[in-house]
Parts: sequence; structure tokens; C-alpha cells
Amino acid sequence: MADGARDTAVGAVRLREAALQPFASFAAVLSRELQLAVRRPADVLNPLFFFAVVATLFPLAVSPLPQVLEVIGPGIVWVAALLAALLPLNGLFGQDFDDGTLEHYVMSGQSLVAICFAKTVALWLVAALPLVLVSSLVAETYRLPLQALPVLVLALGVGSFALCALGAVAAALTVGVQRASALIALLVLPLMVPVLIFGTRAVSLAAAGDPVAGPVYLLLAIGLAAALLAPIATALALRISLD
Amino acid sequence: MWKWFHQLASPPHFYRLAGLWAPWFMGAALVLMAYSLYAGLVLAPMDYQQKDAFRIIYVHVPSAYLSLMAYTMMAVASAIGLIWRMKLAHAVAASAAPIGASFTFLALFTGSVWGYPMWGTWWEWSDPRMMTELILLFLYLGYMALRAAFEDRKRADRAGAVLAIVGVVNVVLVHYSVEWWSSLHQGQTIMNENATMPASMLTPLLTMILAFTLFFGALMFSRLRGEVLLRESNARWVRRLVAEEAAHA
Amino acid sequence: METPLFSAHELAVFRGERCLIQGLSLDVAAGDIVHLVGPNGCGKTSLMRVFAGLATPERGDVHWRGAPIRSRLPEFHQNLAWLGHAAGLKGDLTLDENIRFDNALRRRATPERMTEVLERLGLANRRDVAARGLSAGQRRRLALARVMLSDAALWLLDEPFTNLDDSGQNLVRELFRDHAAAAGAIVFAAHSAVEIEGRPVRRLAWQGHG
Repeated sequence: MADGARDTAVGAVRLREAALQPFASFAAVLSRELQLAVRRPADVLNPLFFFAVVATLFPLAVSPLPQVLEVIGPGIVWVAALLAALLPLNGLFGQDFDDGTLEHYVMSGQSLVAICFAKTVALWLVAALPLVLVSSLVAETYRLPLQALPVLVLALGVGSFALCALGAVAAALTVGVQRASALIALLVLPLMVPVLIFGTRAVSLAAAGDPVAGPVYLLLAIGLAAALLAPIATALALRISLD
Repeated sequence: MWKWFHQLASPPHFYRLAGLWAPWFMGAALVLMAYSLYAGLVLAPMDYQQKDAFRIIYVHVPSAYLSLMAYTMMAVASAIGLIWRMKLAHAVAASAAPIGASFTFLALFTGSVWGYPMWGTWWEWSDPRMMTELILLFLYLGYMALRAAFEDRKRADRAGAVLAIVGVVNVVLVHYSVEWWSSLHQGQTIMNENATMPASMLTPLLTMILAFTLFFGALMFSRLRGEVLLRESNARWVRRLVAEEAAHA
Repeated sequence: METPLFSAHELAVFRGERCLIQGLSLDVAAGDIVHLVGPNGCGKTSLMRVFAGLATPERGDVHWRGAPIRSRLPEFHQNLAWLGHAAGLKGDLTLDENIRFDNALRRRATPERMTEVLERLGLANRRDVAARGLSAGQRRRLALARVMLSDAALWLLDEPFTNLDDSGQNLVRELFRDHAAAAGAIVFAAHSAVEIEGRPVRRLAWQGHG
């Protein structure tokens, strides 16, 4: 009680540290995830190959005619990208669970929400962003007009972020479950319906030269809501899964 | 009030009460259903456009309503279970899922049967209501698949709860996005919201909805009794109950 | 009476539907070393997880400095060092990278302290080896290095002696003695009896409900 002033000063430092702590843990986890991705490039490349193969099958299965490809192109790119982005979800927390990292995360005394957000951002950077870039190439071969390309990249970028955020919830819920891939897909894909609807619509509108503001804003709103809320659910799900 | 709530949540008490209520709910549901069927299928006039085909709404609409109601109930019960760690709430969510999924399936089935004379096809992809119901069915299946993946009931309860809460937000989004999507594709819905129904058609529909809700309640009570017994299978009151049953037999 | 550093009150721990532990209470003061003994399957690990705040007990409470841990989980975890069955290491990263990450997440030790700890554990010349290239014993030592670097008051260690050779086991005993002398507290689980020179070890055993 005597040195109350000093206590207040120490308290202020603690408070500032506590306020910065989530950012520090976010940065630590993000950089480690990226470091790991560099050491294991297969994690980045396999979804890309998968995407390329799926995109190759459609002209074979449906028709290689330009007028057909033009119609089905945006939809195929979207669906193939969603499916490819599902692939790494099973390993998102699976490896951390197996090697005990997850326990350390939960018991680090740091914000688990910040850690989950870092995992989500890392997943998006490593698995989804390259996919978005490659998909714009594929869309070109499907005769997507050049003017629609920026919209495709933006929409797929936002949409794939929502997928990563929601996928992280599903991955966290199924941590430790054997052969969880199919289950994760079953949980995540129905949740992606609104993103798919607005995303493909935005691309089609852009291809036709119409204004795209409506669906793009809706997509951004969904992406933002997913970014803010999903990590909270992911953190909760992780605690439940370890209990 | 609070005390009453607490007493209700105590498993043996609830088990007894649910056992008392279930037959009354079922009885009332059957009586109302019989009346509504008679009024809907016989007394109500024929629709001038759809002829007799419209009469399937007496099953289709209550099923569709209950499919959504059950999901909402599941999510609310899940939230209560997560926040207050109330086991009975988790039991409610677990029981509501298969019943809700069944009503969703029934809504899809009757919608498809109705669609055949109207659209000339069993399945019309552009109908937004059918689409929403189908995605709702997938959400139910996902919930049940997630629960089934765990042997530990506590984890199934809590993991399922998180999914149900995430899902209920999504149901709203799916509903509006699908409506919007179908408006772009000239979706043809069978039901025209603006058309007004004469009372002779509407009244049986409303009583049927009430009957279905009571039926749902009766199903919930019997499922919940089973759930409570399973969950409390090691408790003293269940052992006593089993012993009594054995003595009677 | 002074409030103990760490305490458990009337714990009941279940695995699935089976009750493993009932009515277990424990007070741990600064300087205490507590040894959880018992055969396989009696719930040692489950109990450790409850102590760590990872799992919730069916009944009862765990307290940190007199308040339930549930109400102050981050603070409790910042004062806790945990050693589980899995070491929490990334095989693709080097020993140094693994240790640095932990440090970045919890933000504690200086580089000098890191070097000192790694030297004490005999890992100083292994810093650039990928963790997958370490032996099981070396991984265990690395996990122990992390415990030391956390600067936590309470150590919760599940089977800290497994995979270690004689010198490693002696080292663990030394670390225990030093930590207890520095007003830290240790709770650990192990199959066999453990004696530590100059420090009493409290043994906690219970009847399995198997």
C-alpha cells in the first residue's frame, strides 16, 4: 500500500504488455507456421496440383467449346478452389495435436483466439493465396474476359479466407478424430453456400461488364464476420477437443 | 420461477414429468391432426390453379416449419448447455437433431411429390425453398455425423453445440442468399406468398401446424427420456427404476 | 495459515463414464515436491490434465494462489510449466528454432539464459540440428529446457524420467532440487520411487476405481 504510485506504474506497464501480448503471440505463431511451410513445400503444392487436375477434367467431361466454357468457367473455378482449399484442413491442428504443440498453445497463458487467428491467416497465405493466383490463370483459359480478373481475384481471396476461418472451426472440432477429412468437408461445405453464391455472381457480373458492388460488398461482409467470429469459435472448439 | 426451472432440469424429475406429458401431447396431436386432415382434404375447396395437388401443403408446410424450428431449438439449447453447463440442454439438442432431420426430409419429399404435377419434374433446382431445405438437411447430417464421431458424450455434446451455433447463423445467411440467387435465375416457387387463402383452406393449415408442433413435442419427450436414461445410466435413481421395472415383469 | 501456491479440493475425475478418482485433495506450497504414484490406468495423466486446467473435473476445484484457476486461467498458465507425453516439438525445425518460438510466444528468457540452460542440459552443441534428428532422450532434455526457460513457479511434469539415461535422470533430480530451493513447486507423475537429496518428496497415491 505504501508505494501505491510505484504499483500504479508497474500496473500500467503490465497493462500495456497485456494489450500487446496478443499481437506478439499472433506474430510468433504466424512466422513459425510460415517457416514450417517453407520446410515442407508439399503442403503448399499438393492443393495446387489437385486444383489444376480438377480444372483439367471439366473440359474433358463437359465440353471444350468456348461458349460452354465461358458459361461454366467461373463456377468451376470457384468449386475447384473450394475443394482444393479443404485438403489442408485435416492437418491444420492434427499435426499440432499429435506432437503436443496444441497443449502448449492452450497452456501458453496467451490469447488462444490470437493464436487461432494466426493459424487461420497462415493457412490462407500458404494454402489459399497461391490457389487464388493459379485459379486466375485457369479462368483465363476458360475464356474469362480480362476485365473480370481483378474481381475474380478479390472475390476468391475473400471467399477463401472465409473458408479458412470456418474450416479452422471444423478442424478444431474434429481434432483427434480418425479419418476426419470427409467429416470436415461435410461440416464446411454447406456453410460455404452464401460465399459461393455471392462469389460466383460477382465474377459473372464482372464478365458481363455489369456493376459488381452488391455481391462484392456482401462477400466482404461475410469475410469480415468470419474473420472476427470464427477464431473465437475455433479457440473454444480447441479447448473442448483437448478436455 | 428459478427454483422451478432448476427442479425441472433435475434428471429424475424431468424423466417423470416427460413421461407424464408425452401421452397428452401425442393424444392432442392425433386428435388435431385427424380434424385438420378431414378439414383440409375433404372440406376445403379445390384450388382453382393447382386443383387437388395443393392439398399436400397440409403436410409440407408444417414439416418445413418444424425443420427450421427444431434447428433453432437445437442451437438455443446448445448455447444454454455451453454457457451454463446444463446437461439437460445438451440432451435436448441431441434429441432435436434426428427429429428435425426427419421433418426436413419430409418437407423435401412432400415438396418433390408436389413438384411433379406442378413443374413436371421431381426436382427443380431453381426453387429457393427446396434448396434451403436441402442445405438444412446437410447441416443436420453434419451435426449428427460430428456427434457420432466421438465416443465421449461430453465432447460430443460440446463440439456439437459449437457447430449448431455456427450453423444457425449460417441458416439465416443461406436462406437470404438462396432467395437472392433464385431471383436471378427466375426461380419458380409453387407457393405464392401474395395469394390470400380463404379461411376454409387456411384454418386446417394452422391447426395442422399446431398438431405437428404437439407431435414434435411428444417425440421430443420420449426421445429425451431415452437420452436422460442413457446419460444417467450409472445414477442411483436409474438403477432403482430398472430394479422396479424388473420386479414388475 | 498461508494460502498454498496450488491446491485441489475434493476432485472427482472421470474418463468417459468411469470414475477414476474421487474426493482427492492436495495442497502444494512453495518448495514442495509432490510425486503422483500409481499403476498404469489409474488416472495419473487425467489428473495431471485437470491440474493443468486442460480438462475440467467432474466435481471439485483446482486453485492457484487461493482462487479457482477457471477464473484466472491466463495468469495461472503463465506461471505453469507443463511437460506432457508429446514434447511439442516440430521435427522440421532446428532445436534452436523450437526453443526460440516458445520464447517468442511466452516472452521470457534472455539469449544468455538460453545458452546457459542448453549447456546445463548438454544440448549446446545440438542447437542447429533439426529436432527430428534428435534422439528420444535428447528430445526429453529439450522439453526440460523449455520447462526451465519458462521461469514458471509451478512445474507439472508427466513422466519426466522416461527415455532418459542415468545422467539425465540425475540431472532431473538436480533440477527439481534447485527449483524447489528457489521457492518453486513441482508436481510430477512417475511409476517408480524417486528420492531427492536434501529435499522431502511427498508421495500421493490413491485407490483406482477400476
